[in-house]
Amino acid sequence: MRWQIEVLPRDPSHDSLGSVLARKLRALGVPKITRVDAARLYLLSGALTRADAERVAQHLLADPVTECASVHEWEHYGGDAPGCVAVFKKHGVTDSAEAGVLRGAASLGVQAESASTGMRYRLEGVPKAKLQAVAESALANLAIENIQVGSDRFPAAKPLAKGRVQRVEVPLIHANDAALEQLSRRGGLSLSLAEMQVIRAHFAAVGREPSEIELESVAQTWSEHCKHKTLCGEIDYRGPGIGTLPGNARISNLLKTTIKDATTVLDRDFCLSVFHDNAGVIAFDGNWALCMKVETHNHPSAIEPYGGAGTGLGGVIRDILGTGQGAKPVANVDVFCVGDPNMAPEDVPKGAMHPRRILRGVVEGVRDYGNQMGIPTVAGGVFFDNRYVGNPLVYAGTVGLLPVNRVRKQVSPGDVIVVLGGRTGRDGIHGATFSSLELHDSSETADAGAVQIGNAITEKKLADIVLQARDLDLFTAITDCGAGGFSSAVGEMGELCGARVYLERAPLKYAGLSPTEIWISESQERMVLAVPQERVAPLLKLAASEDVEAFVLGEFTSTNQLELFYGHECVGSISMDFLHNAVPRVERSATWEPAPTEGLPLPAAADATDVLLRLLSSPNIASKEWIIRQYDHEVQAGSVLKPLVGIRHQAPGDAAVIAPVLGSTVGFAVGLGMNPCYGDIDPYGMACAAIDEALRNVVAVGADPDHCAILDNFSWGNCAKSDRLGGLVRAAWACRDAAVALGTPFISGKDSLNNEYRVGEKTIVIPPSLLISALARVEDVRRVVSMDFKAAGSAIWMVGLTRDEMGGSHFLRLHGQRGDTLPSFDGVVARATFATLHAAIRSGSVRACHDLSEGGLAVAAAEMVFASDIGADIDLDLLPSDKAGHDDRILLFSESLTRFLVEVPEIHCARFDAQLTGVPHARIGTTNTQARLCIRRSSSGRTLVAADAPSMERAFRAPLPKALEGGDASHG
Amino acid sequence: MAEPRVLVLRAAGTNCDAETAHAFVAHGASAQTVHVNRLLATPTLLDGVGLVAIPGGFSYGDDIAAGKVFAAEISNTLGDHFRKFIARGGLVLGICNGFQVLVKTGLLSVPDDNGAASPITLHWNDTHRYEARWVHVSVDASLCVMAPKDKRLLELPVAHGEGKLIGTDPNMAARALTRHQAVFRYVNADGSEPEWPANPNGSQGHIAGLCDSTGQVLGLMPHPERAMFPWHHPAWTREPQRSEGDGASLFRAAVAAMR
Repeated sequence: MRWQIEVLPRDPSHDSLGSVLARKLRALGVPKITRVDAARLYLLSGALTRADAERVAQHLLADPVTECASVHEWEHYGGDAPGCVAVFKKHGVTDSAEAGVLRGAASLGVQAESASTGMRYRLEGVPKAKLQAVAESALANLAIENIQVGSDRFPAAKPLAKGRVQRVEVPLIHANDAALEQLSRRGGLSLSLAEMQVIRAHFAAVGREPSEIELESVAQTWSEHCKHKTLCGEIDYRGPGIGTLPGNARISNLLKTTIKDATTVLDRDFCLSVFHDNAGVIAFDGNWALCMKVETHNHPSAIEPYGGAGTGLGGVIRDILGTGQGAKPVANVDVFCVGDPNMAPEDVPKGAMHPRRILRGVVEGVRDYGNQMGIPTVAGGVFFDNRYVGNPLVYAGTVGLLPVNRVRKQVSPGDVIVVLGGRTGRDGIHGATFSSLELHDSSETADAGAVQIGNAITEKKLADIVLQARDLDLFTAITDCGAGGFSSAVGEMGELCGARVYLERAPLKYAGLSPTEIWISESQERMVLAVPQERVAPLLKLAASEDVEAFVLGEFTSTNQLELFYGHECVGSISMDFLHNAVPRVERSATWEPAPTEGLPLPAAADATDVLLRLLSSPNIASKEWIIRQYDHEVQAGSVLKPLVGIRHQAPGDAAVIAPVLGSTVGFAVGLGMNPCYGDIDPYGMACAAIDEALRNVVAVGADPDHCAILDNFSWGNCAKSDRLGGLVRAAWACRDAAVALGTPFISGKDSLNNEYRVGEKTIVIPPSLLISALARVEDVRRVVSMDFKAAGSAIWMVGLTRDEMGGSHFLRLHGQRGDTLPSFDGVVARATFATLHAAIRSGSVRACHDLSEGGLAVAAAEMVFASDIGADIDLDLLPSDKAGHDDRILLFSESLTRFLVEVPEIHCARFDAQLTGVPHARIGTTNTQARLCIRRSSSGRTLVAADAPSMERAFRAPLPKALEGGDASHG
Repeated sequence: MAEPRVLVLRAAGTNCDAETAHAFVAHGASAQTVHVNRLLATPTLLDGVGLVAIPGGFSYGDDIAAGKVFAAEISNTLGDHFRKFIARGGLVLGICNGFQVLVKTGLLSVPDDNGAASPITLHWNDTHRYEARWVHVSVDASLCVMAPKDKRLLELPVAHGEGKLIGTDPNMAARALTRHQAVFRYVNADGSEPEWPANPNGSQGHIAGLCDSTGQVLGLMPHPERAMFPWHHPAWTREPQRSEGDGASLFRAAVAAMR
């Protein structure tokens, strides 16, 4: 018997969801909507009486104060719902609420077999013909949900498509080149002709045709995602040299020559594991190590922002769980790059979503996944540029804490392959594989296959078990199922020995998956472990005790073969050596020509106060508080410096600080650097600036620049095109040069090299987007400083030189210009500046410190003032600069690197001055009780900037809530 | 005297168990973290325990309503054990999701004038959005044995989407106040009546934390376990040095009440 249950608010005042949706729909351009009534729908199946269903409805599903429920027998339920739309999960999409409903029902003595959920919305003021469109714009996620207009009856289940379970042979060894290319294309394998030829030669030598699953295994292992073929290939670079990059050079393995080379050259002893595990690992204290990984999830987020961002975060969290023998995730970071949220709807290219919808979706995705995982989201950023409109970027990173004796993993022949976590379905099987061509043709599951569906609670349960099992010594190696699913996880772990896998053992979300689909499915929330025989039983028992599914997938062998079985049939057998070492090297050409100079004079001198307020309101500088407050940034109780600091907890901190071991005062800081504006002029300078910014952020709060590691994440246009790759070569080289100069090693990185959006004949290429993340140790968290001024009567010092470097600055961007001269990076001065400033902070000389970034001196000083309601009086004539006579606009708004504003109490000024010996610094002003920023020229007596704290704070805080919600700043 | 024993009860999706246990241990109790499956199998684990803490998180994903499924398990399967535990003097503390659980089990209620339980719930915030921020709460320590005794005004963080306490009876909040069940109330920094965001969710009577009529069962939306160390406060770098966070007062009082 099936029962349809509806739960609805007793009274409109309790329908907060309905009123929020009405507001959201109005903001999205449905002006006539007067009211939205929201109701939750449940379908409960099993041997259940009406009394059972009533019991569940009244005692579990409906809230006794705010809701009432009614129960219908589904078979006889008409479902007429005029003026309504109902939203149901597509068939095959896991309903995350099901487990809880069944568990709750069981506690009431009602044993249901299955439960599904849906929503019904009554939209007043929307004509019937418009209901579908309105629902699509805000009420349903079409990637995983269906909309039903006028009826709220749960749809009947459709039979699921079945894949072939027998070995499928692919005729390949006698195929000509054209046929090879067609095979790769039709199968969605993304293998080049050269790669297909290598595969043909291999199987010709073996003397048989490959099977479908073998070909898929090769395609997954050789994917750009797993092998970094472009960065590790041969590159012919044509362009001018810079730094240590020679002009017109042939580069063999860019990654090894630049980023990894810096780490090798530096050979820092705090680096415990770099570049080969799921995350880079550095020393922390005597008992613990820290690890960090940052991933991108760009294309999934473009298709489905909420799920794409959520599973992106879920994936990088599993990377941390799969580092060494399992690290505990202790902090998340996220950075989004999107188009202007105020873009006119008609300017959004065909097929792309409005930036506002994308940004809201990715924020909600990170919020729900990160918050439910119980990991604080402590740092991030949003960068707006209209070239991201069709191809938004989503970076998600996680820091983990790992016992120092668990940094290494070990896979031995005879170890059992155990899979923990979620079930396997068709989620995330991209494109058409041989079998899925017929599958996806008529089956609804094809849609569910295109997106990855996350379930944070499944991952939280998984994490709980992994960490307990680690401490009980129940496994020796672990990795996560990411891209490529089991194929990548087992393939990597068994690379040096061999593995035998029994695919029919995998618990499935629904029946009918072919062996190949099981093997390459990217279903989320699964981890693969290597478990010594005698520890399998205790591990399975532990997992069962907390309702985590676990099963034995196979074993590691000493055959050096990857052997895949389904039942008794061997569906694939392939040499590990071929799989991992036979990929042919890619040859690419790279070109770079200096961007044509603009040669424009500085924009006419407007009132500098007005410019400052406009800068504070510009999207890239304005407050991200609307986003930050939706993230739990304090769970786990390690928080020392929060993302928002200052007197009203409203100002932008430079870096978050966490003390992850409760009771200990050793901590770490996470800083981020990114400057896509600079990339339009030269990616070399952009990369140096991003590294300098990430380091400035951690140094500003008091973290140790000499115990600091960095991570690189490149998101670039299509690097098969030489001009895109030329910029990448320069950026990678800058990473090497800057890292070596600073003594700061890279420990991990990732690249995403095909970020373009095609509309008709036009291609929108994203700006070169390099995110640098810095992870630095804080020796004693009680000594950190925040950026808000602390007291009137302190000296304000400027550390670092200001130069005429307006290229890519936000000042010029505000005036529609790009500029020509990028901020220059001097590694020797930067290293000395970071070291001496750190020593000064550690000694207690400094009360506040803020780095200068977008908007330069004026913006940094303004932020320090409204953060504290303490005034600042600054004399531009005292500013240290490379030469005398710079224009006011340069001194106020130039974004020269390696600069800080520092508050030093009078009594410590002499000491501070001495501590900074050898690096440019000068006292430029004094704090006062006026809650006002005043910047003037003592030489002329002119006042350039005069702004009070409330107007600066308003300019800074108002724009984002308005852009995202169409509302005011307060109730947003 | 024996060390007071705390049982920290977790379920799928609980995520504040470690810091909650740490807060008790830091104040002289011993704390054992137990998965609800174990307690369901062995309810005698409650024997010898002085306090059961239900920490924050998203139990079972909060999918029906926050805390609802966990509450159903406790009230339907462990209800008698909990009632016996309370009857013999045991204490129950629910923080954030734990408060949501306690309210939905019925273990926390505000009896009407006839002494009958009238339904209460923790509904969606007025913004219908999860929000994390610090708030001020005032303390009424007259009834609840776990209420802080050394401070009248605390600064604590909140982080929730469903924290608006409402009841079927429009006089619920007024009665809770009169009977000293409203242990914590949102206030402005100067102690005056708050609006959003000082009252982050629109809770009736500005109630942030509620105890039952015995004073032995306490639930609150703010997270005292995240306000333990001096550096937890969001503006600690600009204020005079503290010896501890305000949340410590609650754990000190709770451990003292167990002795």
